[in-house]
Amino acid sequence: MRIGLFVPCFIDAFYPQVGIATLELLERFGCDVDYPFDQTCCGQPMVNSGCHAEAAATEQLFVDNFADYDVIVAPSGSCVHQIRDNLTAVEQTAAVKHVRENTFELVEYLHDVLKVEAFPWAKFPHRVGYHDSCNTLRNLGHGKPSELRGPDFSKPRALLHKVEGIELVSPSRPDECCGFGGTFSVTEPEVSGRMGRDKIADHGRAGAEYIVSADTSCLMHQQGCAKRIGAPIQFKHIAEVLNGSAA
Amino acid sequence: MSTPDPSQTQNSAEAVREAQPKPAKARPGQRVNHASAAREFLQSPIHAQSHDERVWAMRQRRDAAAETIPEWEELRDLASQIKTHALTHLDEYLEQFADNAAANGVHVHWAGDAADHNRIVHEIFADHGVKKVIKSKSMLMEECGFRHYMEGVGIDIVETDLGERIQQLDAEDPSHVVVPAVHKMRSDVSQVFAKTLGSDPDNDDAHYLTEQQRQATRPLILDADAGMTGANFAVAETGGFVVCTNEGNADLSANVPNLHVASIGIEKIVPKLSDLGVFIRLLSRSALGSPITQYTSHFRAPKPGGEMHIVLVDNGRSKRLADERFWSSLKCIRCGACMNTCPVFRRSGGLSYGATYTGPLGLILDPSIDAYRYSNLPFASTLNGSCTNVCPVKINIHEQIFEWRQVLAEDDMIPWTKKSTLAAAGRTLASPRAYRAAIKSAHSALKHLPDWALYNKLNAWGQVRDLPDVPAEGSFHDWYRQHRLNKEDPTAGDRE
Repeated sequence: MRIGLFVPCFIDAFYPQVGIATLELLERFGCDVDYPFDQTCCGQPMVNSGCHAEAAATEQLFVDNFADYDVIVAPSGSCVHQIRDNLTAVEQTAAVKHVRENTFELVEYLHDVLKVEAFPWAKFPHRVGYHDSCNTLRNLGHGKPSELRGPDFSKPRALLHKVEGIELVSPSRPDECCGFGGTFSVTEPEVSGRMGRDKIADHGRAGAEYIVSADTSCLMHQQGCAKRIGAPIQFKHIAEVLNGSAA
Repeated sequence: MSTPDPSQTQNSAEAVREAQPKPAKARPGQRVNHASAAREFLQSPIHAQSHDERVWAMRQRRDAAAETIPEWEELRDLASQIKTHALTHLDEYLEQFADNAAANGVHVHWAGDAADHNRIVHEIFADHGVKKVIKSKSMLMEECGFRHYMEGVGIDIVETDLGERIQQLDAEDPSHVVVPAVHKMRSDVSQVFAKTLGSDPDNDDAHYLTEQQRQATRPLILDADAGMTGANFAVAETGGFVVCTNEGNADLSANVPNLHVASIGIEKIVPKLSDLGVFIRLLSRSALGSPITQYTSHFRAPKPGGEMHIVLVDNGRSKRLADERFWSSLKCIRCGACMNTCPVFRRSGGLSYGATYTGPLGLILDPSIDAYRYSNLPFASTLNGSCTNVCPVKINIHEQIFEWRQVLAEDDMIPWTKKSTLAAAGRTLASPRAYRAAIKSAHSALKHLPDWALYNKLNAWGQVRDLPDVPAEGSFHDWYRQHRLNKEDPTAGDRE
C-alpha cells in the first residue's frame, strides 16, 4: 500500500517542519510514503471564495498527482475537507472519486486506520491547549462539538494523551472559531484579528504554554496575532508533538 | 418572540462615556459593506466586549437547557422532519389553514409580496377608520417595511415589545431577531428615552427605564384602534396560530383593541396542534435557554364583538421553496440560536449586516431578497459550522453560506478585484513551476524587504497580525529534495 503525502502550499512554504514530522511519523509506523513532486494545492483558496471555475485546473493537477496512490494523507483538516467534500469543479471521473474517497487527515489516519496505541519516542512536558479547528471538528468529525448532545470524544486528544508528560488544558469557550476562515482573514481583518486575540487570551487564561492543532492555517493566523501583541504563547502542529519534537 | 431582559444588560460607569457605535447604512443601490461596519463596531471596545459576552451567555444558557432534555437531538430531527413535510405539502396545508380560519370567523387575505401586504393592511385600517395601532414584534413586518409604509399614510404604529420599542424610538433597525436592542447598553437606552420620553438621562437603572417605557406606552395601548401581531406557528388542522413572547405584549396588542390583524409568513405552517409539542420545547430553549416563553398565546377566533384578520404573506418564499439549494432555509423558526453562537455576529454586532435578517440566518436569507445589495454578507463568515449544529430545525446554514458564495461568484456579484486575484492564484497553483517560483519570491520578499514594504495597507493580513518567518531549511519541497532525493542534482524530482 502506497501513501501519497500531500503537503499543502502554506505548509510547504512556511512550516516545512510539519511536513517533515508527518512524513517521519508515518514512516515510524512502517508506512510506504511517497511525496509526489509536482503537487501544489487542493484548490481551497479559490473555492472558499465561491470561485470554483477558477479552481478547476488546480483541482485537476491535484488529482493527476495523487490518483496512483492507494491513500493520500495530509496534515491539514481544511484541505482534506476541500478534497473530500468540495473538489467538484472538475468532472467526477473514477480517478477523482478515488482521490476524494481515499484522502485522510493525519489524525484520522493515525486514530482510525493505523489505530496507534503508543508514541514511545514522544515527550512533551508542557501545558497544552488543543485547538479544534472548525474543519476537523465539524466537517471531519474529530470529536463532539460543544453544540451537540451526546457522548464526549476527541480523536486528537486521545492521541495526545499517549504522549509522555503532556498536560491538556481547556479554554472557557472550548471550540470557538479562531477567526482564520481562509479568505475571511483578509476580507474581514478586524473581526478575524479580534477573534484570534480572544482565542489566544482564552488559552492563556487556561494556563496553556502551547496551542497545538491539526490545522496549520489556524496556527499561522493565531501565531501572527500573538506575535503582533507580544503574547508569549507558542504553537505546534500535532504531528510535531506526536513525532517527538522537543519544545 | 422577544426579550429585553434588562437585568441582563450590563452597564458600567465608563460605558456612559462610550457612545453607541452606529455604522452608516448603505444607500439604496449600494452594496452593504459588512467589514467596514464591523470595524466601526469594534472601535467601541466597551460595546464590543459587552455584546460578545452577552450574546455568548445566551448560547451558554441554550447549551444548559438542551442538556436537560435527553432526547434533544431527536427533537431537532423531528422538528426538521415536520417542517420538511409541511413545506413539501405547503399548498395543501395553506388551504386547510385558510379554510379552517375562515370557518372560525376570521377574514383571510393573501399577499404576494411586501407591497401587497402593506396595501391589504392599509385597506383594513381604512375600512375601520384606524389611526393608531399597537403591534408586537414581527420580523415579517420588518421585512415588508411596514412601519415605514404606515408612517407615509399617516397611521401611528407603536411597538409594544420593549426592545423593539427602544429601536423604534431610536429610528434604528432591530439587530437580532429575538433581542432587537442587544447591541445597546443601558446607558444608550437612557439617552434614547431621555430624548424621546423625557426621562432622566443620567439614570440608567433597568427598572427605572422599563417603568418609564411602561408608563409612556400603556396609555397608547389603551387608546389604540387596532392591534397587530405576527405568528410563530400557524396550525393547519385548527386554523389557529400561536404567538410566543416574554412580555405578554402580543396579548395586549391582540386583545385590547377590537380589531386584530395578524401577518403570517406562509412558511409558518405546521400540520397539527400536536406538532407544537415539538416546536415549543425547542424554541425558547434554543433562543434564550428558558424552557418556554413567558407567554405562549393561542389565537383562533375573534373575541365577541371583535374582528380578526390574517394576512398570509409570500414575499419571495415560494420562489425560495423552488430552489433546490436554499429551500430548507424556510424551515427557520427565528430562534436566533445561530446568531448567538456565531463568533462573527458577536464581534460585529447585528447592525453591521445592514439588513432585516442578521447573523448566519441573514447571510442565507438576505441575498435571496437582493443579491447585489447583500452580496458581501455570505463572505462575513468563517464557515465554522457552529450555526448548523445549534439550529433546532437542522438547516445546513454554513453549507448554504458556502453555496451562496458560489452563486454570487458565478453571477459576477463579487468584486472584480477579488475574482481576478483568485483567478490569478488559480493559474499559479495549477502550474508546479509557477507555484515554486511564487514560493521563492515570497521567501525572498520576506527575507529582504523592510517592514514598511511588507506592512502597509495593501497587506490586509499584516494589518492585524505578523507574517510567518521564512524557514531556515527552505520549503518542504527543498528539504525533501535535499534529504530524500539526489542531493547533488538541484532539479532532482522536477518534471517539466
